[in-house]
Amino acid sequence: MKQEKFESQYLARWDQFERGMALTPKQRRTLKTDGSKTAKAIDAAFAWPLEQLPQRYREICHHLALARDRHYSSTLVERLERLVLMGHQALYGAQEISGGVGRFLRGGLPRLVRAHSGYVVASTLLFFGPLIACIIAIQYFPDFAYLIVSPDQMADVQQMYAPGNPRLGIQRDASNDFLMFGFYVANNVRIDFQCFAGGLLFGVGAIFFLLFNGLSIGAIAGHLTHVGYIETFWGFVAGHSAFELTGIVLSGAAGLMLGMALVAPGRQTRFAAVKSRMPAIIGVVYGAALLTFLAAFIEAFWSASRVPPVQVKYAVGVALWVVTLAYFIFVGRGNDVAGEQAIGRKKMGQTARGPAINATEVSEVRQVGQVGQVSRATNAP
Amino acid sequence: MPRLINHVLKSLPLLDTLRTVPIPEGIELSLKVAGPMPRARAWGFDLLIRMVILLALGLILGALGKVGVGLMALIGFFLEWAYPVLFEVFRQGQTPGKRACDLRVLHEDGTPVQWRASVARNLIRAVDFLPVCYGFGLIAMLMNRDFKRLGDLAAGTIVVHIDTSRASKRMPVAPPLAPNAAPQMALTLTEQRAVIDFAERRATWSTERANELAAYASAALPVVNSNNEPVDTENANAANRLVQLANFLVGRR
Repeated sequence: MKQEKFESQYLARWDQFERGMALTPKQRRTLKTDGSKTAKAIDAAFAWPLEQLPQRYREICHHLALARDRHYSSTLVERLERLVLMGHQALYGAQEISGGVGRFLRGGLPRLVRAHSGYVVASTLLFFGPLIACIIAIQYFPDFAYLIVSPDQMADVQQMYAPGNPRLGIQRDASNDFLMFGFYVANNVRIDFQCFAGGLLFGVGAIFFLLFNGLSIGAIAGHLTHVGYIETFWGFVAGHSAFELTGIVLSGAAGLMLGMALVAPGRQTRFAAVKSRMPAIIGVVYGAALLTFLAAFIEAFWSASRVPPVQVKYAVGVALWVVTLAYFIFVGRGNDVAGEQAIGRKKMGQTARGPAINATEVSEVRQVGQVGQVSRATNAP
Repeated sequence: MPRLINHVLKSLPLLDTLRTVPIPEGIELSLKVAGPMPRARAWGFDLLIRMVILLALGLILGALGKVGVGLMALIGFFLEWAYPVLFEVFRQGQTPGKRACDLRVLHEDGTPVQWRASVARNLIRAVDFLPVCYGFGLIAMLMNRDFKRLGDLAAGTIVVHIDTSRASKRMPVAPPLAPNAAPQMALTLTEQRAVIDFAERRATWSTERANELAAYASAALPVVNSNNEPVDTENANAANRLVQLANFLVGRR
């Protein structure tokens, strides 16, 4: 068939397809809720019902294959390629349903953290190890602090927590609370993200940031304890310490996961390993960012205040630590397996990325694989 | 030495920014991956937009005193980290800068980018940016054939050019050849396609340049016009005759 005839035969179909595909994904999403008024209105603009999408898309794919095979002109092939890409994105690019923020917080996040507890423990040791060691060391060798933090900086910090100050931390009045909130969010979350992204340098960046932050915080805490600013300093940090330090540990753990995927990718290329572990890693980063955000909120509006007595501050601090640890240790237990399976199945069905494979099929595949291995083993000399 | 270089060059695959993605329908999509320059331009646009927003807000929020400064820090933070993610997820892979440069972020399989991949590629920006001015990102881009920076490698995304030229290139209609004025020689499919492509791009050249190009195909050009009269091959317009031939090849009679 000559190109001219081919074009004149199908041009109307292509134009229709393109008009329908030009709808925004939002309009297309409303189409899914069938029966509603909006869906009908958009259907009219479509000029063809959405149920025809797969059929029409395959038709275009067929035309593209023909056009390429018959060496029709580049313009025609490019137009068909554009149409195929549109259809491909509409059909396979459905928004993934993550199960919602609520479900993630009610079980997904703590389960995720427990599933990668090795990295979390490693990150905790890398961060709290130097921190605690530093605090203890400085009680016996006070000058040790100046190896880590310069004397000028230390003087600034010391002045912030002087017992006579009306407010703690960076000197300010109440209207500054919001200023400090913005400052803490921007700064602390950025540190978290760098800690995580540093994992891409084969984990070295993550380890460095964990050690570095552990040492600096330890040096400052040790020094202020040594000079006797116990109530002002520990009272200040007690409230937000649970969220902030856990946030750092989690972002460090995410960085270590990233680094480990690069160092020991298993039977995958390094970047394939990173890619396949990315969903879990990003989940942990979400948790870290959330905790750090909360910490900044507490730090700005609660920690700096000298109104509540220091005992109350300690009590709140301890309570928040208990809550944080209990959350990561106990929440989402029991329904672990059922919950993950439900999420997994839902996702499979809704993203239409691939056929939903059920558990029995997987086990069959595994058995076949094992049989293959066994027979290979018996055949071996 | 030149021979050796020639040999090495010939053994390498052709340089090409077309990336083909096989899809379940049994055909391949071709995506035009974008290199560092257009992407830097898009990033520059985005930077400019963010700067303008911050400056404008600075003028307004400055009046609020310290609360305003805190808000600024907060907004600055979200502009830095959330701006690319939100635009990429809700605007089909396009930040305003990318839209201005006709770029788009896609998953490697050609589907629109979503939360997870977008968050991953934009957080790893922190490494791409090191040591200065996207140094690592640039090195990574030059080391793989899809111009992926580290964030793209980790998230499994590519940045592609999108074709927005709405005006379809239509072949000029020339007087059709006479029924007996078939091409002077049998053309292979590739050659036929080259002739048709020439005709479709005819409008983008000056007449002189088009004639110069068409002269290379003189062996294939028709020697009789639409009225079946012999053409004066010395003086006749080679480009027009080639367009005539293209019209014949696509089946216009």
